[in-house]
Amino acid sequence: MSAGFTLNHFSTGYRKRRIFEQLSLPTLPPGSLVAVLGPNAVGKSTLLKAIAGLQPFSGRMQLNDIDLATLSGAARMRHVGYLPQTLPQATTLVAYEAVLSACRAVRPDLSRTEIDALIERVFDALAIRSLALRPLSELSGGQRQMVGLAQAIARQPALFLLDEPTSALDLRWQLALIDTVRAVIAERQAVCLMAIHDINLALRFCDQVLLFGNGGLLAAGDPQDVITPDVLRAAYGVEARVEHCSLGRPVVLSDRVSDLSAN
Amino acid sequence: MPASTPLAAPLASTYRRFIVTRLLIVAGLAIALAISLLADIASGPAHIPLSNLVALVIDAQAQEPVQQAIVWEIRIPVALMAVLVGATLGLAGAEMQTVLNNPLASPFTLGVGAAATLGASLVIVFNLTLFGLNAHYATALMAFVFAAASILTINALSRLYGASREIIVLFGIALVFVLNALVALLQLIASPDALQQLVFWTMGSLSRASWETVAIVAAVLAVCLPFSLRSAWAMTALRSGDEHARSFGIPVERLRLISLLRVSLLAAAAVAFVGTIGFIGLVGPHMARLALGEEHRFYLPGSALAGALVLSLASIASKTLVDGLVLPVGLVTSLVGIPFFMALIMLQGRTR
Repeated sequence: MSAGFTLNHFSTGYRKRRIFEQLSLPTLPPGSLVAVLGPNAVGKSTLLKAIAGLQPFSGRMQLNDIDLATLSGAARMRHVGYLPQTLPQATTLVAYEAVLSACRAVRPDLSRTEIDALIERVFDALAIRSLALRPLSELSGGQRQMVGLAQAIARQPALFLLDEPTSALDLRWQLALIDTVRAVIAERQAVCLMAIHDINLALRFCDQVLLFGNGGLLAAGDPQDVITPDVLRAAYGVEARVEHCSLGRPVVLSDRVSDLSAN
Repeated sequence: MPASTPLAAPLASTYRRFIVTRLLIVAGLAIALAISLLADIASGPAHIPLSNLVALVIDAQAQEPVQQAIVWEIRIPVALMAVLVGATLGLAGAEMQTVLNNPLASPFTLGVGAAATLGASLVIVFNLTLFGLNAHYATALMAFVFAAASILTINALSRLYGASREIIVLFGIALVFVLNALVALLQLIASPDALQQLVFWTMGSLSRASWETVAIVAAVLAVCLPFSLRSAWAMTALRSGDEHARSFGIPVERLRLISLLRVSLLAAAAVAFVGTIGFIGLVGPHMARLALGEEHRFYLPGSALAGALVLSLASIASKTLVDGLVLPVGLVTSLVGIPFFMALIMLQGRTR
């Protein structure tokens, strides 16, 4: 049995519009952080949702030695930590309860002390201990996004599907989140697919990149190999350069919208 | 963004202290309810001295038969009915607000109450005998069937057109108007005798409570409450949002449907015997949310207790506001409930 996550002959979409037809991805090895890049409406969220089993699909999906395609509901979500793009609602629940309920509702097999220990570790890892007893309605959008991530991490999935987890976060917390996610997947040898708009974050911190354009998967592999001016033009329709910063790391600078008639 | 100042104690024990406060609030509500229940039994148009009352409750045979009948056949069933109906409507409202993700939802705002009223009216007006059941059971059964049908309609429509708050509320309001029109139509063709019953019904009154009907409502509550509590964690998780709950592996659609069926059973049982008593299903959950938050292990019983307390107090008020006259309790809850509810909303608005 293969280790990591594989996806083959995968199709999904909506009644009137197919989003992916016979998509196959290279095997994503355990411990890898994979950026899912592409322009708006290209199907990044649909892809993550379908892999999470919340959107009808067909095809093969294998996580380590588990055939994910055959699992549904709570059994599937035991292995999958999907973080939707929407933030957790601003309710009177305190952050601790929000995470506790995410565990207690679906893991009756875990003892109370086990769950307590899991949550303790997650709040420490994300450095949000001080929020634990504050109602979500009093937290900022970014703080609620961190609580949402805590709900996913606490359930200890082997496959993370994060839909724009940094959308509400400032610079410091973007870096902190990516650090934490990296540490968690390294420790648990999990695979993480992360839809993200910030190409430079992907370039800097992700092990692999899946770049989607209107024609489907445009390129996959090492970020430094995948992200080139040509591919960026094809995917986003922009003229961009890949320069190197004073530390020698590649940085994407986008200059202008491409002249599409020239193509 | 948060400063990462670590709390000394482990989070679990910090949270447990937080829980103790809530347990104390729930206990406080229960004690207040017990006191209100006793006060309800002690109040009424017939002036029975407190000493007689105590003797009567302890030993039913001790006093003169008239007082004994008043206390055991009228006051205690009425007082218990107020508590049970209040608890039932409070619980139904709480579940409804959670599964529809809408703080305005209650058995009466979305037409469940109106549907139950229509079902019960049919039995009263046409003197239906269903399967040879007596009038009490036939009324309750029809109220439930109509309540369940209305809630399934709302559920189906909102699924077809997207379960947004606006759509559910719009459907609910439309349903209320249609059902009220149908009830009015029934009143038009009803015999004078049935009409009087109907009017009495729509005002909402506890005065016809009997031990039998008290037992039916108690049984419905006793059947529903454990199932509600069993899905307490799932409902708490649902407060993060539908999509988040689904991402944890919670079958959201099934949870919603089963809960709404439970709500219609609860609402129908309450409405079947006391008629339309508004606001309890709205006020109870709001009080519980303010005092206890939305962790459903506390929020659900808290809403039931708060609903019971409000209706029990309303029952006392209905007997004491006008000396010598028992007002229909539905009128009291609406008249006292509206300003109370507005105050609550404004209080909430200010803390936000």
